[in-house]
Amino acid sequence: MSALDQFLQIGETVVIGSHRFEAEEIKAFAAKFDPQPFHLDEEAARKSVFGGLCASGWHTVSVWMQVNLRHLEAVGERAWTGEGPRPAFGPSPGFRKLRWLKPTYAGSTLTYSRRAMHLRSHVARPGWNILTSLCEAHDETGDKVLEFESDVLLKTG
Amino acid sequence: MAKIPSWAFDDLALGQTFPLGPKHVTAEEIIAFASEFDMQPMHLDEAAGKASLLGGLAASGWHTCSMFMRMVCDALLLDSTSQGAPGVEYARWRRPVLAGDTLSGETEIVALRRSEKRPRIGYVTCRHRVWNQHGDIVLELENAGMFLTREAVA
Repeated sequence: MSALDQFLQIGETVVIGSHRFEAEEIKAFAAKFDPQPFHLDEEAARKSVFGGLCASGWHTVSVWMQVNLRHLEAVGERAWTGEGPRPAFGPSPGFRKLRWLKPTYAGSTLTYSRRAMHLRSHVARPGWNILTSLCEAHDETGDKVLEFESDVLLKTG
Repeated sequence: MAKIPSWAFDDLALGQTFPLGPKHVTAEEIIAFASEFDMQPMHLDEAAGKASLLGGLAASGWHTCSMFMRMVCDALLLDSTSQGAPGVEYARWRRPVLAGDTLSGETEIVALRRSEKRPRIGYVTCRHRVWNQHGDIVLELENAGMFLTREAVA
């Protein structure tokens, strides 16, 4: 395994933390960004396909980012043993294959993880690479609730 | 009795478009979202944003997606039989969204398919584009949503 693969923990699933979704924060997020009845009101949600108040999908993925950054802060900088300067992360160009597999109901706790999958050169930006990671969340019953493939820029060499 | 929504699965046509926005993006909104969900310096501080690849105080990509969601709610979903969406095929953050930008966009229907398992439901695939006041695309996204048929809500 190369120093870079080791630095990026390629292939390793890292559990990054958990978050409990309270009814009040579900409604507060929805009121701003996704005011559909099943995210805003218990009674309307009971009558909907979901059968209960559940978080906006954009809320559950935004919390992935929150949990990810808190985890990075908690573990500190990873040791860089390779040659040249330490690799530096840049912005994200986007994501793919986002699946909301199960509703996140008020009171449920999601546990988030990420696994760095592969690194490829950025054709248009010499010196930059794109790291693709699989991001997931599972609820307290062990069911997978969401998954997506996220890209982030990485400067090397 | 709740109001019958204007847009059910049967009412939507291939190639139909819905205008999104406009939505003005303030520094306060960018900082508020980032403080909760994406506390990186370029989303929290003007100087740090200027020093980054993004070139100014820039909205978190998740914030841009969330603002986009609100625009689609206002343009279509809140007056429709939408039953949520199982996911998003892709989202590309093509350019930074900076404090002071005004976002507009368009949702285009690119595929319509009735569910085989659930006759009351149809899948509507949409291609969405959001651009800034200069006409530069900032976000591209494609997803399929579930809508009840007209018969199901009659």
